[in-house]
Amino acid sequence: MEKEIRGAEAVIKSLVAEGVHTIFGYPGGAIMPIYDALYDYKEEINHILVRHEQGAIHAAQGFARTSETCGVCFATSGPGATNLITGLADAMIDSTPVVCITGQVASHLLGTDAFQETDVIGISMPVTKWNTQVKRAEDIPAVLAKAFFIARSGRPGPVLVDITKDAQFGMMDFNYVPCNDIRSYFPNPVINVSKIDAAIKLINESKKPYLLVGQGITLSNAEQELVEFAEKSGIPVASTLLGLGAFPPDHPLYVGYLGMHGNYAPNIKTNECDVLIAIGMRFDDRVTGDVSRYAKQAKIIHIDIDFAELNKIVTNEVSIHADAKDALLLLNSKVEKRSHDAWIQEFRDAEKLEVEAVIEDAIHPKHDRLQMAEVVNMLSEKTDGKAIIVTDVGQHQMVTSRYYQYKAQNTNITSGGLGTMGFALPAAIGAKLGNPSKTVVAIIGDGGFQMTIQELGTILQFKIDIKILILNNNFLGMVRQWQEMFFEKRYSFTDIVNPNFTQIAKGYDIEARKIDQRTELSEALDVMLTSKAAYLLEAVVEQEENVFPMVATGASVSEIRLN
Amino acid sequence: MENNTYNISVFTENSVGMLNRITIIFTRRNINIESITASESEIEGIHRYTIVVNELKEVVRKVVSQIEKQIDVVKAFYHSDDEVVYQEIALYKLPTNMLASGGDAERIVRAHHARILTIESEFTILEKTGYQEEIKDLFTELKPFGLLEFVRSGRVAISKPMKTLEEHIEDMNNEKIIL
Repeated sequence: MEKEIRGAEAVIKSLVAEGVHTIFGYPGGAIMPIYDALYDYKEEINHILVRHEQGAIHAAQGFARTSETCGVCFATSGPGATNLITGLADAMIDSTPVVCITGQVASHLLGTDAFQETDVIGISMPVTKWNTQVKRAEDIPAVLAKAFFIARSGRPGPVLVDITKDAQFGMMDFNYVPCNDIRSYFPNPVINVSKIDAAIKLINESKKPYLLVGQGITLSNAEQELVEFAEKSGIPVASTLLGLGAFPPDHPLYVGYLGMHGNYAPNIKTNECDVLIAIGMRFDDRVTGDVSRYAKQAKIIHIDIDFAELNKIVTNEVSIHADAKDALLLLNSKVEKRSHDAWIQEFRDAEKLEVEAVIEDAIHPKHDRLQMAEVVNMLSEKTDGKAIIVTDVGQHQMVTSRYYQYKAQNTNITSGGLGTMGFALPAAIGAKLGNPSKTVVAIIGDGGFQMTIQELGTILQFKIDIKILILNNNFLGMVRQWQEMFFEKRYSFTDIVNPNFTQIAKGYDIEARKIDQRTELSEALDVMLTSKAAYLLEAVVEQEENVFPMVATGASVSEIRLN
Repeated sequence: MENNTYNISVFTENSVGMLNRITIIFTRRNINIESITASESEIEGIHRYTIVVNELKEVVRKVVSQIEKQIDVVKAFYHSDDEVVYQEIALYKLPTNMLASGGDAERIVRAHHARILTIESEFTILEKTGYQEEIKDLFTELKPFGLLEFVRSGRVAISKPMKTLEEHIEDMNNEKIIL
């Protein structure tokens, strides 16, 4: 029998079979056969040529998170592949489904230090959910089917498939069978109902129950079930950074944002509740502060799809290994109707302290200079909390998560676990392509913007309509804040001399404007939001602004500082 | 809390890179692996690793969870020394003329239940299986004979609980949900 197609074309046909229509990538020697095959599939697949492979994977991450599908990126061997590593680590820790396909030198050259050869399997192993190398064309469809299944199922994550050049050139018969089972892999846990009953007993008897939610809610599409559970049980709900948007921020049971720069009440009350129910979150140290003084008085019920997360950081009274939605459906069928008005009032009382000490001044400042919070707050009002907001890492990120009211699902795109500066600009490109009908605003600091500034070229070439809002304080602000607070104001290499951002934007044919006056803010945001193409707004803000409240490193959540 | 010896048994698919995937979990936490052995298990196509570490139980439990989370790992267990039966094997290469020159070579071989694998004109190879200390004792006794070479394997261990891997897999598969 005649072999029909090349392995390279089998890659593209496999992607089409998986429903992939957008790829982010950058060609190079070892992936040229795949790019050659792609040339014939321009109708089916929209390939976005990024300006650096790190941009490709962050864009794929943004795409995955707004489209609720799997992001896909291409890179060549050697430096192309190593440039993906930061994004892989980011996707791994933030549970983002991404499939990366890298070209590799021909199999007879493996291990010979051939041109652009690197051990990408070895290098990427700690930062991938799964990775593998393909050396035979006929293995390509089955391996890619497995890759997509693994990336999407269970706790999602990044997968890397490295394909040697001879496998790309090799001839094979194409037959694509999607994968839905791997013998050694159990992504859909069966819920132990006795654990649900044990949890229900604790919840029903609790006087001060408290619910913490993370991205697991979003990933399992359990937003509605969460609202139902909270309303039935009357339990106040707080959110992690990646959980923002999983529960309506204007809901009477919502009490705020957890963690180092989160709200005052939800942090303080963690050490006062009697039952703590955590769903789809992993007790990151930025949430717990000093874990030896974290919720010690509470009985903890932890629900997570990843077995390894249970009893990893805190010791649970009840561990439920489950998908968030499945667990909530069962909980909802059994939980008794309750209300905890006095307990919720305690949150509101604590919240008042934060409003008076921090929030009021941040969004209606008396300072001359623009404050980050007032910019974000106004953006939140103007977009009704419904834009897709992509943030980078640092002060602007914490301010955005504090002051943007995420009212819609899958609109909060940020680098949470890894804290990758440079994430926002490429991720926003992917986020827009993943949900083109929505307004996408990338809020970025002046430092992080310059880490992946080259992706302005991608925006130019593919006419990607994203709004870039630079909060420029001419400092690496978060590190500067720590230097001020914990290193005696020794500002070691945190003052940064910036280029003329608006001029750079203009070089990429992107309309841009710089403001530094409060009086300009509203109109400038309106112009940005109503522009029909990409737009860059640089807001020059207070240079030495600190983000408060703050749980300092080593402090307990109950020691959160208001100033 | 103190460190104890734990025997970690890992059952995996026989795929390229599995050993690396498992060992980097220890490397990331700066845990030293005392010994590691790998071979096929009683089930065709499934490989078995025996990894010995000196660690806190809590740390070992978390490491085993992370190992079991790897896609190609079927199942992973950890046991303390009293929950397993374990053995190591050692080979000793000695000059034949030294062994044959009278003395108490015979007594040593008998007392240690060592086996003679081969006698060549120049060298003799003895084999001893047992615990690490027993192997070391024999090493000490043979040293005066002009020990030429010595090699000891990592530990292999079998757990005392009666549930077989096949039964574990059957239980897991009975609970498997395929969407």
